[in-house]
Amino acid sequence: MSDKNYLTTDYTLRSWFLTTDHKRIAILYFASLIFFFFIGGAAATAIRIELATPQADLVSSDVYNRLFTMHGIIMVWFFLIPSIPNTLGNFVVPLMIGARDLAFPRLNLMSWYIFMLGGCITLFAILAGGVDTGWTFYTPFSTLYSNSYVIVAAAGVFIAGFSSILTGLNFIVTIHRLRAPGLTWYRLPLFLWSLYATSVILVLATPVLAITLLLMATERFFGVGIFDPRIGGDPLLFQHLFWFYSHPAVYIMILPGMGVINELVSCFSRKEVFGYKFVAWCSVAIAAVGFLVWGHHMFVSGQSLVASLVFSFMSFIVAVPSAIKVFNWTATLHKGSIHFDAPMLYALAFIGLFTIGGLTGLFLACLAFDVHATDTYFVVAHFHYIMVGGMVTAYFGGLHYWWPKITGRLYSEYWARTAAVLIFFGFNLTFFPQFILGAEGMPRRYHVYPPEFQVWNVLSSGGAAILAVAYLMPLFYLGYSAFHGRRAPANPWNAPGLEWQTSSPPPEFNFASQPVVTRAPYQYNEHFQAEPQNA
Amino acid sequence: MWRQWIPFWRPGLSPHGGDVDLLFAGLLIASALVLALLFFLLVLFCTRYRAGNRTDRDHRVKKSWHWEVGWTAASSVCFLGLFVWGASVYFQIYRTPADEHDVFVVAKQWMWKTQHPGGQSEIDALHIPVRRPVRLVMASQDVIHSFFIPALRLKHDVVPGRYQDLEIEVDKPGHYHLFCAEYCGTDHSGMIGEIVAMEPADFSNWLTQQAPSSPLASEGGQLFRELGCSGCHGGGGTIRAPPLEGLYGKPVPLSDGTTVIADDKYIRDSILMPRSQVVASYQPLMPSFAGKVSEDQLLRLVIYIKSLAGHPS
Ligand code: HEM
Ligand SMILES: [Cu+2]
Repeated sequence: MSDKNYLTTDYTLRSWFLTTDHKRIAILYFASLIFFFFIGGAAATAIRIELATPQADLVSSDVYNRLFTMHGIIMVWFFLIPSIPNTLGNFVVPLMIGARDLAFPRLNLMSWYIFMLGGCITLFAILAGGVDTGWTFYTPFSTLYSNSYVIVAAAGVFIAGFSSILTGLNFIVTIHRLRAPGLTWYRLPLFLWSLYATSVILVLATPVLAITLLLMATERFFGVGIFDPRIGGDPLLFQHLFWFYSHPAVYIMILPGMGVINELVSCFSRKEVFGYKFVAWCSVAIAAVGFLVWGHHMFVSGQSLVASLVFSFMSFIVAVPSAIKVFNWTATLHKGSIHFDAPMLYALAFIGLFTIGGLTGLFLACLAFDVHATDTYFVVAHFHYIMVGGMVTAYFGGLHYWWPKITGRLYSEYWARTAAVLIFFGFNLTFFPQFILGAEGMPRRYHVYPPEFQVWNVLSSGGAAILAVAYLMPLFYLGYSAFHGRRAPANPWNAPGLEWQTSSPPPEFNFASQPVVTRAPYQYNEHFQAEPQNA
Repeated sequence: MWRQWIPFWRPGLSPHGGDVDLLFAGLLIASALVLALLFFLLVLFCTRYRAGNRTDRDHRVKKSWHWEVGWTAASSVCFLGLFVWGASVYFQIYRTPADEHDVFVVAKQWMWKTQHPGGQSEIDALHIPVRRPVRLVMASQDVIHSFFIPALRLKHDVVPGRYQDLEIEVDKPGHYHLFCAEYCGTDHSGMIGEIVAMEPADFSNWLTQQAPSSPLASEGGQLFRELGCSGCHGGGGTIRAPPLEGLYGKPVPLSDGTTVIADDKYIRDSILMPRSQVVASYQPLMPSFAGKVSEDQLLRLVIYIKSLAGHPS
């Protein structure tokens, strides 16, 4: 076999921008997401600097409103939702199931173009003057009162939604049709179960968002009364529609992260995931029940008390499968042989941060407490623990884990561990104080605030500075490794997954010959007594 | 509730505020226990079973479902308890207020306007007597706002197009923050005010010192005539419309066979959307006043009609 891999088959720009290779498309997504992450991060930095003092000294209130809106829109739709599925997922799904590519390679490329089109339109809205509605676009503010680029930004999000739907479809069909011989559902790595559940949500929920945004544009453009009561609409209708999409969407933002954690925890404790079937079906349960809890964003909106009761109950129910997963990961460590490589540090950080995020989610599901805490910094802290402490941490963990496969290079373990530890501390220092702020009653989306809240805000801003540095570090040591790192062997961690059975980086069509699967995943115990080689 | 039996427990600032604090404490304790258990196990396993450490790794428990069933059941029971607790306090917080001292609140970008029945109105402030329930009737002129008093652990969105009822009660005199908690545009963070809780005697003094131009009810009565409502509802007109005296608070039979209670919401809706709830045995002739009356005027009309409650028709 020639030693050409997917990176070296061709060097032209054309070969990158017209590629149908899932691995190259993953890299395209990867570059785009880094870009968006830094735009969103720059906005976060500006927000935190402004909030270091109670007065308005850095930016005016209109600019501040545009900053947090841009931060939210970019982070949610152009970083979090596509992050793990479109980069890591795109890269490893075919490898993990022993396929040559996704089911629809050209559709995959098209999804990226659609995504970039949506991204560019949203960026244009930001550059042209910005949007000040918050990422939630609540009506009637967004339809009749805001004089910012609402329609343009919504159009960007609307278009990006199609990319999500197509990617979801592609994954579903791929996982159904292209599994290697012998790869039964119960032999599927748990990462794929979680991506499958995610894809189902993407396909079912995203159209609701599209319709909601269309309705919003209709009202704003043509003055048709849909959401504004003055012309016969209902503002709560918007919230119902919006959260009917957006609540399932937060599971789009966390399920893939949970999937990654399964791979990491079992690999670095050299053990099978405890309770494989439970964990697998928990993903499905979360995806299903996740559709029934949207009303918990509306406990103080004036929806009927009985509706609140039902939504609160369902929210407690949906927490059960998440709790099961946390216990199962912990149990996986029991009697393992634990290695603290960088991906494992991220995985352990994930378990801690995700648990805090999840527990505080229960606080918010609890009706009477939510009345006090909703729309305060308690909520901001809660969702950052899930989305940043959870998903972003899992993303970094997965990235480090599959990095040798993606680039064929090893990175500096020392710097990677340092960054992981710094991220953990920076993160907690940034967001833990916000729980206290929220409990004391500081509302979110406030540009100036009463002086008694300053102490916690200063701590939070200080933490954000550490976090910013820590998030920048991988850019350097991973960037360095991509070009100058040591060559990676095919299977640096000695993991049993199919993706490790081919060379690093993989050849253009992934496998020299069709692999056949004969055993359950995560068989570290019987077949892989060997330890990771990278340690 | 039962919190007065707990030693060292500080009572809240309001009847329900204390219940919420207690709930918060319960949630904190429950999650602290879970976190402590989790972190203990994580640290234990990570040190005991770190690679290279010679510990006994034999006799791995044969995988059985007892564990999962165990922790699924344990978390479910725990969650169910918290759910019931949280829900019961919620229902107390948001129970429909009885007829008390009414205050009308109009939210607009970016201020709170409050009005007492006697006509005293304030901007970004609300004076109330302590230890007496006050009923707020809230409306928004433009976008969604949210009336939030952290000290009382109380918040309610103020959604345009409808009235929101909220009962508040403060036990200790003082000044408390009033925030707008639902993002409402440019000066959202400037949409703050204060709740001034006073001893009842001070409060009545304050009310009389404010020397209102005229009580809201009489302003409402004037509007009632200016807008031409009295032409039909005033009796003696040619069009047959239901009389409004003695209406407030009574059940009203509708032409579709159902019955509603004539509360603020019903009156407001009847002015803005007269055709949605037609009184039995009347023709749907009344024109809509949507767009013709402001929130402030609507409030006065409602209060006026309410003031007619005592006069039997
Ligand atoms: C890296 C450090 C970060 C800091 C310091 C930070 C800070 C903040 C702050 C202070 C707010 C609240 C703005 C307000 O309500 O006034 C906020 C909102 C938000 N953040 Fe972050 N954030 C960070 C990272 C992220 C990341 C990585 C994501 C997602 C991947 C994210 C997603 C969001 C979202 C969705 C909102 C809501 C925006 C809205 O209110 O419309 N944040 N962030
Ligand atoms: Cu407001």
